[in-house]
Formats: sequence, structure tokens, C-alpha cells
Amino acid sequence: MDQQLYGIGLYILSLLTMGGIYAVLALGLNIQWGFTGLFNAGVGGFLAIGAYTTAILCTGPSESHLGGFGMPLPIGLFWAMVLSAAIAWGIGRICIRLRSDYLAIATLGIAEILRLVFANELWATNGARGISLVPKAFEKLSEPLDQISFTVMVLAIILVLYLLLERARRSPWGRVMAAIRENEDAARAAGKNVERLRVEAFVIGAAVMGLGGGLLAQYLKFINPQTAEPVTATFLVWVMLIAGGSGNNRGAILGAMLIWTVWSTTEILTSQLPDAWAIRTAYLRVFLIGLVLQIVLQRFAGGVLPERRAVTAHEPPGDG
Amino acid sequence: MIEFVNFHLIPGLVLGSIYALGAIGVSLTFGILGFANFSHGATMTLGAYFALTLTWATGLHPLIVLPVAMVLTAVVVLGMDRGFYRPLRGSSAVILVMSSFGLMLMLRSAIQLIWGPQVHALITGIQRPYIFFDTLRISPKHVLIIVSALALMYAVHWLLTRTKTGKAMRAMSDSPELARLTGIDTEAVIRATWIVSAALAAAAGTFLGLDSQVETQMGFKMLLPVFAAAILGGIGRPYGAMAGGLVVGLAMELSTYAWIGTAPLVSPGYKSGIAFAVMVAMLIWRPSGLFRGRVF
Amino acid sequence: MTKVLELESVSGGYGETEILHDVSLQVGDGEVVVIIGPNGAGKSTAMKAVFGLLRLSHGTIRLKGAEITRMPPQEVVRHGVCYVPQTANIFPNLTVEENLEMGAYVREDDFRPRLAEIYAMFPPLRERRASAAGTLSGGQRQMVAMGKALMLDPTILLLDEPTAGLSPKFRGEIFDTIRHINGAGTPILMVEQNAKQALAIADRGYILVDGQNRLDDTGPALLANPEVAEMFLGGAS
Repeated sequence: MDQQLYGIGLYILSLLTMGGIYAVLALGLNIQWGFTGLFNAGVGGFLAIGAYTTAILCTGPSESHLGGFGMPLPIGLFWAMVLSAAIAWGIGRICIRLRSDYLAIATLGIAEILRLVFANELWATNGARGISLVPKAFEKLSEPLDQISFTVMVLAIILVLYLLLERARRSPWGRVMAAIRENEDAARAAGKNVERLRVEAFVIGAAVMGLGGGLLAQYLKFINPQTAEPVTATFLVWVMLIAGGSGNNRGAILGAMLIWTVWSTTEILTSQLPDAWAIRTAYLRVFLIGLVLQIVLQRFAGGVLPERRAVTAHEPPGDG
Repeated sequence: MIEFVNFHLIPGLVLGSIYALGAIGVSLTFGILGFANFSHGATMTLGAYFALTLTWATGLHPLIVLPVAMVLTAVVVLGMDRGFYRPLRGSSAVILVMSSFGLMLMLRSAIQLIWGPQVHALITGIQRPYIFFDTLRISPKHVLIIVSALALMYAVHWLLTRTKTGKAMRAMSDSPELARLTGIDTEAVIRATWIVSAALAAAAGTFLGLDSQVETQMGFKMLLPVFAAAILGGIGRPYGAMAGGLVVGLAMELSTYAWIGTAPLVSPGYKSGIAFAVMVAMLIWRPSGLFRGRVF
Repeated sequence: MTKVLELESVSGGYGETEILHDVSLQVGDGEVVVIIGPNGAGKSTAMKAVFGLLRLSHGTIRLKGAEITRMPPQEVVRHGVCYVPQTANIFPNLTVEENLEMGAYVREDDFRPRLAEIYAMFPPLRERRASAAGTLSGGQRQMVAMGKALMLDPTILLLDEPTAGLSPKFRGEIFDTIRHINGAGTPILMVEQNAKQALAIADRGYILVDGQNRLDDTGPALLANPEVAEMFLGGAS
């Protein structure tokens, strides 16, 4: 088989896989943001919980970190989701009532605390050096079947998630969420327990993010505190969701695939440059993705993005 | 006791002063523009880098070039407002926060592009500490930082209570709509707010650089403690922010003291977590802050 | 009669919904004009239209003949139209004196003579000049709000339910103050829930219902009108 075509084929698989993992994260964020209007600036934290849980549960014994449980990968993913959900539940109970920017600060803080934990608790996580040799689904198969199988698995997971979420959106639960988003006071007056429903959405979204984290740990076969870094773990997911059209599950998937492809291909291009330049262009990429967000926000502010009918900086109009 | 004062209390006051300056800016923009400015940390970093470059160029002490660094930082921030925040004026807080998050990354990567990722020292050479009573040691730069921070805080106080613009800033923080209806030029007040916030951020960044080092992540590391300080003091309450900054700084430094036994109470690696814990506690217990700021 | 303020066929609202439908009203030189009507009638909205706070779909607003439709609030203030909103009408964390100073924000000249006049009009304010305005009682806060609006020697003063939430004693005082301000030459447009007391000092009145003009006449005539009496004057004290 032609070497170059083969290489391109593998690359496309990697795009689909990473894009797919990001799609999972974006779907999780969409539950929290698009569905419920919760501003989570700490996506990276939940990703990290999922990744580390999977890594610790599934890797073999090691002296440098917690491990040796040797659990099968699906169990690892399951617990990734559960732990992520549990921590989200704890945070949600405390922070769900907060106004959007306070919630953003709080979630960013949580992500930072988690990063500190992962970085400092060397006995469990091996700190900055991270956990390697994470098992990966289908890795025992021969190349390229192993890659293809993994990619198909990720895409299958996305499909299942998509169907479940669309089902949820149309369900009574989903309709109540939409009602809360449109007019919180009316929903409250109708007897809906707004806080509990919001926490539910936050928790489910976090579980999905944990799943994404678990998949990432498998795919990279490695995890370290850098994985929860705000740019790639949180900000990129935000841009994906907004660019794809937040509130919209299909948009989340498309946005993730699209933005990841752009992100990845620009990395290829810049890595061709001589070393001194390559580092600098890494910064340029971050700069440009930030700029893209500004442009999208300015174009579509208020239109595309669902906003909670809560207090804004200006007082609500009176009437008489 | 001596160890306590030299290695915990004084660093706590220094860090607290730095956080206070950052928190005043955040509190002002939060109160007047209505959103949590996530790019404030990057502004502090920018100020430090401007001071660094000016120090290299002129050979003068950082505190002498600081005013120029403050002006340069203010110019950049005004440009940011013009290009990115003003088009979104009136949007919901979420959109503004997202924009500021993006600007944080843009600003940081611009700094990395221009200056590179290396770490720098703002002043070189070893400083002999002042020694009081044969035991109290305080280094000259710490004295400079604390004194300068106090001077700046007084300047802010003077601005807010003696000038028309300062009073208009407080008015707008109380009620943006009433300010408009009173005829206050809200765009002028917003510009003034950005200038004050940027100048204080530049000072905070420079002082931090003086105290430790100048590197591209320094602002981001300060962001959560600064937010915590602003929330602690009450949003839109600059005086509260000053107090909040000191509390957070002291809490962080004092937390690693061996209050019980010989080991630090809180492991140094988790020091920044203290600020966050303080903030969450405030948000649960008293979201309006110690000095009853706006809760929105 | 020269028209100081005129709304002509104004329709509009805040968002998608229209609150005002073809509303017209005028305030003449030296007049006290009152807008009354049931809750949700759009009375306050009509006032806010003057300040460009509404999305107008139709209509014109004129100040002394010059068009001020859709002008931003600061511009309208600069033209001499001052407004006391019903709520949030003072800066609570500023002192009384600072509040009055802010009222004079657009003045280019020395505002201190005018400040002295305002203190003369509202003696309690001079006593509490250094106190934070938010610590004052309801009646005193209303004085601050009105004093602030008067710092500019306005061409016309707009008051939105000036006696809302005040005790009967203060209500009387406020109406006296309003009469006094008008006596000094300032025309006043006022929205009021206390229709009877308001009409008693009004030259003319407009009744708005469901965002539309329903009836307008002189103050005394409206007071004497049995239909008006039944709708508004029975309940309001």
C-alpha cells in the first residue's frame, strides 16, 4: 500500500478520534451550557478526573503511582463517569445558585484545585511526570485494525450519546430544562425545583466529560496534569461548542470535528518550520483561536447563545 | 516567632499588597462594567514585562520606570476595550466573561510571542536585608513593595473621593442606569475604569516580578487569589478589595506555617488552594462580601 | 401655549412586545401635567420613551420644538430634561452631597450656588450632607433624588411616582415641594398612583390605559369627572 496514503489515512483516523473525543466533551458541555445555561469554565477538571480514574484503575502495578487494579477498560470508563459525576454533584450543590460569572470563577477554581491535587499527590499520580502505559482498547490488534477499531468505538459512543441526548431533549425532563432556560421565575412558580434540575444537568454533563477524559487517557496512553490545561481542555471545547452552535447537539459534534481539524492541521504546518519558529507559532495558534472566539462572539452575541433570564449588568426595565 | 514574622507574616503582607492592587482593578471593572474580567491576570503579566523591558532599556530601577509601564499597559487595555469589549457592551455577563477568557489567552500568547517563555529576574544582585532589633529581617524590596502599594491605594482613594471622575465611577458602580439618566458620560467613566484597573495591574505585576520573577504564567497564577480577594471584599467596593487582598495574601502565607507541630499546616503545593477555599466559603456564606458589595 | 415637551403618536416597547400604542401628550410652559392610569398602563414607559430607553417603532418626541426622539439619555439630560425614576433613584454609596454633585455632572459652570439653593429647598439634606445616601429614610432619599435632578435647573422635570412607598405625611410634603418647584418656573410631568392628590395640583392630566391615550383634560375637570372618580379616585387615597 502506498506509504503516503497510508500515513494520510492514519492521520485522518487520528483526526476523527481526537475530534470525536472532543465531540464527547462538547456534548457534555452542551448539556450544562446549551441545555441549562450553566457556565462551566473548568471543563478541564472533569476531563482530568475521568482520565486519571481510568488511568489508575486500568494500569498495571507501578512504584511511581497508584495502580495495579488492572480493571477492564469499560469498568475504567464507567468509574471515570461516576467519579466525575460525584465531584460535579458536590460542586453543584454548593455553586449552582451562583450567577454566571461567579460560577465561572468557581469552576475554574475547582479545575485548578484538581490540577494541584494531581500535581502534588505524587504517590497516586506521579505528579508532573504523569501516568503512562495506560491500556488502550483494541491495542492488541494488528495495525491498522487497532486504530480503526478505536476510532469506530469513539464514533459509536458519539452516536449513542447523540441519540440519548436528543431523546432527553424531547423528553419531559428536557422540556422542563428548556422552560427553566426561557423563564426561570415562571418555572419556579410552576413548582419546579430549579436548583435540583440544574444540578442534575451539571452532573450528567460532567459524567459525559469524564467519559471523554477516560477515552483520552486510553488514546494517548498517557495522562499528566497538563492535560487539564485551560487552553486545550476548556477553552478549545468552548470555542467548538460556540462555533458549532451551542444548544445544538449536532452543532457540538460538528464544531468539535471542525475546530479540532483546524487546530491539528495548523500544528502540522507549524511543526514543519525550523525549531525557533515552531515554538513561537504555537503561541500564534493560541492567539488566533482566541481571536476566532472574539469574532464569533461579536457576530453572534445574544443571537446564538442561550442566556439565562437572570440579572444582567443593567437593571431590568420597569413598567407602569 | 521570628521565623513566623520573617518567613510568613512579612511575605503575607507583601503578597497581600500585590493581591490588593489586582483586586481593586477587578472589583472596579466588575462593579462598573458588570463582568468578571478573566484577562486581568494577563494584564498584570503585561505590566511586569513592560517594566522588565524598560529596566533593560534604561538601566533604571523598576520602580522608577513603573509609571511608564503603567501608561503603556493602560494604552493596551484601552485598545482591548475598543476592539473587543466595546462591541459587546450591553451583552450578558457570560459573553463578556467568555470574551475576557479569550483575551487572556490572546494577551498571554502575544507576550510569549514577543518576549519568549524564559524566566527573568527584574532586578539582579543580592540584596542585603534590613535588620531590626537584631532579628527582624525585611528586605529592601519588600519595604518598597509595601510602601508603594500603600501609596497607590491612597491614590485610588483620592481619585474616588476627590475627583469628579472618581465619584462618577462610584456612581456608575452603584447604578449604571441611573448614571446614564443623570447625564454621566458612561463611556468616559468606563475608559477611566480601564485606565485605573490597568495601571494598578501593571504595578501588581511589577511588584510580583520584583518579589519573585517575571514569567509568562505569573498573571494567571494570581487570577484566582485576586478574584477571591475581590469577592471577599465585596464586588464594586475598592476598599473592600484592599482588605480582601491582604486577607487572602496573609491566609496563603500563614497557612504554611507550622501552627501545630513542626510540619506546615497546609502543604506548600496547595497554597493557592487556600485562596480558592476562602472564596468558596464567602460565596456560600456571604456572597455580598465582608463589606456588602453588589451581589447582582 | 408653548409646548415644552411633546410626545406625538409614540409606539414602542423594550423588546419585541409593544407597550405604548400611539401615545400623544404635551407639557406646556409652567404646567404641571400628570399621567394616571391602572397598573401596567405604560405610564412609566411613556416617560422612559423621552430618554431614549425604548425601542420606538413610531412617533416623535420634541423638546421646545426640537426633535429629541431616540437621543441617548445623556444627550437628553444635556438638553435640560431631568428625570427622577421610581426606584434606584439615588446612588446609595455616595454621600448626599456627592449625589447632588453628580446631578450637576453636565454643568460646565460652578454648581455651588445651585447646591446652596437646593439645600435651602431641602434643609434636612444639608444636615446629612456627608452621610451615605443609602442610610437615609425613604422620605429623605426622595428629597435627594429630586434635589439631584434639580441641580441642572432643568427645562422640564419628569417624576415617576414620587410618593410611592411614602407615609401620608411625607406624601403631602412632596406634593408641596412639587408645587413649590413648579412655582419657581419649572414645568413638571409626573406619573402618579395617588391620582386624587396628584390631580389636585395638576394643570392637566392624561389617563393611559393599556398603553393608549384614554382621556385627557384639565386637572379640575378630571377630578370632577364621575367616570374618572369611579376608576381611580375611589381606591387611591
